[in-house]
Amino acid sequence: MVHIDSLQVLADIAKERQENISDVILIEQARENEESADEVLKKMSANLKVMKEAVKDGMALDVKSESGLSGGNARKYQQAVLAGKTLGTGMLDSVIMRALAVAEINASMGRIVAAPTAGSCGIIPAVCLTLMEDKRISEKKVVMGLFTAAGIGMVIAKNASISGAEGGCQAECGSASAMAAAAAVEMCGGSPHMVIQACGIALKNLLGLVCDPVAGLVEVPCIKRNTIGAVNALAAANMALAGIESVIPPDEVIMAMKSIGDLMPGVLKETAEGGLAATPTGKRLEKEIYGIK
Amino acid sequence: MNVFDIIGPIMVGPSSSHTAGAARIGKVARKLLGDELQEVRIQFHGSFAHTYKGHGTDRAIVGGLLGFEPDDLRIKTSLEIAAGLGLAIVFEKVQLREAHPNTVVIKMRGGSGKALSVIGSSIGGGNIVIKQIDDLKVEIYGEYYTLAVVHQDTPGMVAKVTGLLAKNSINIARMNLYRSRRGGEALMIIELDQRVPSRAIKSIANLECVISVRHLEPTKRLGGE
Repeated sequence: MVHIDSLQVLADIAKERQENISDVILIEQARENEESADEVLKKMSANLKVMKEAVKDGMALDVKSESGLSGGNARKYQQAVLAGKTLGTGMLDSVIMRALAVAEINASMGRIVAAPTAGSCGIIPAVCLTLMEDKRISEKKVVMGLFTAAGIGMVIAKNASISGAEGGCQAECGSASAMAAAAAVEMCGGSPHMVIQACGIALKNLLGLVCDPVAGLVEVPCIKRNTIGAVNALAAANMALAGIESVIPPDEVIMAMKSIGDLMPGVLKETAEGGLAATPTGKRLEKEIYGIK
Repeated sequence: MNVFDIIGPIMVGPSSSHTAGAARIGKVARKLLGDELQEVRIQFHGSFAHTYKGHGTDRAIVGGLLGFEPDDLRIKTSLEIAAGLGLAIVFEKVQLREAHPNTVVIKMRGGSGKALSVIGSSIGGGNIVIKQIDDLKVEIYGEYYTLAVVHQDTPGMVAKVTGLLAKNSINIARMNLYRSRRGGEALMIIELDQRVPSRAIKSIANLECVISVRHLEPTKRLGGE
């Protein structure tokens, strides 16, 4: 790979080559793998296929996690949308429904694509597949959007973290949201500069989010956090497409995420000892799940 | 870094470390046994011990032992499948000293009576490391084609084995030697860039002083592969 160690470098390379960020990432990955671009594209298409299946499976009636803590809410949401019981927010409804579906299928030991992690696996498919349907974006373009998302994720992983145990939920759902926002902007024709602005805005909005899963399981609050990551991605993408900029440059937002992650106490980093996990209900559920008296 | 480490891997949920990584440890352990599996005692340590039920770590390890990849939906019902095959499984919680929080001890007995104990840790993002095989402390990451050669600790073994690999144009990425004591049983772990053809494995197995040879496929599966 050419040295892509910041979002600015990534956007600059794309601008210089008059390409999209996705093209830069695809070409560099093909070079590194010693494969053709087509072969690398094919692998990413396989990821998109699994994302689609995960949405479909997540809408099924019998989704239930091992612990019994989660499952069935994607279906419930879909029914409510169809019955006109929600606020009727169109694309927002669609991303919420899809994010729930994928995150629930993950919790029930179904098949997903870690994006960037299993805990945050609903955000990117929710945004990409919703745009694909609502904006009639071609499958090829959506696959390229996944390369954009991956490129952003690589920079975040390099300069901060994409692991909840290291950086809290901001590192998982925050990163996924930034990656999804970036993909959305590119898929909708935004410039590389807009792409990284969307990433900065999305990440900024979720800074400080802790990882406090009840009973240590990827369910509560992870599943619903996927919906907020997806909704936030749409907001950030829209702002970036409108030409709104992140006052703090995107790369500095990543630095801030790293420093916040480092400052975050261990009890709020996937250890199930703080936050929601430590609430009376969180503790009770933990005892019930593991049969502790 | 690889884009498919970021958008990927394709896996059965819910957790890359507690489910996907666990399946990979199981798969490598079974390969190391190299025999039909009859009995297995699975001991969970640390976070694995605390959350294995909720994360399906038990099902993932057994799925791996049955040869399933981390994206195989049969992982969800692996306990039932194993029961159908007559595999006897015991789950226990243990406290190990100085072990990674996501560590499992897998004590296996095969159809021909062979016993093997493997200790593995899931170190994040679905990546794993095998830390111990029976009494030998090792480091196997399972990202490459790997040869595990058990042999008598005697001069010239490395030259003989690597000579055969060279003859087959197989490039070595990393190599380590382990032994319990001088002149005793030793283990050669060779991580390779290419698959080892079965005739080369056979000729290594036929070398004097070689006790057993296992060939492991890389366990990490990228999108679309």
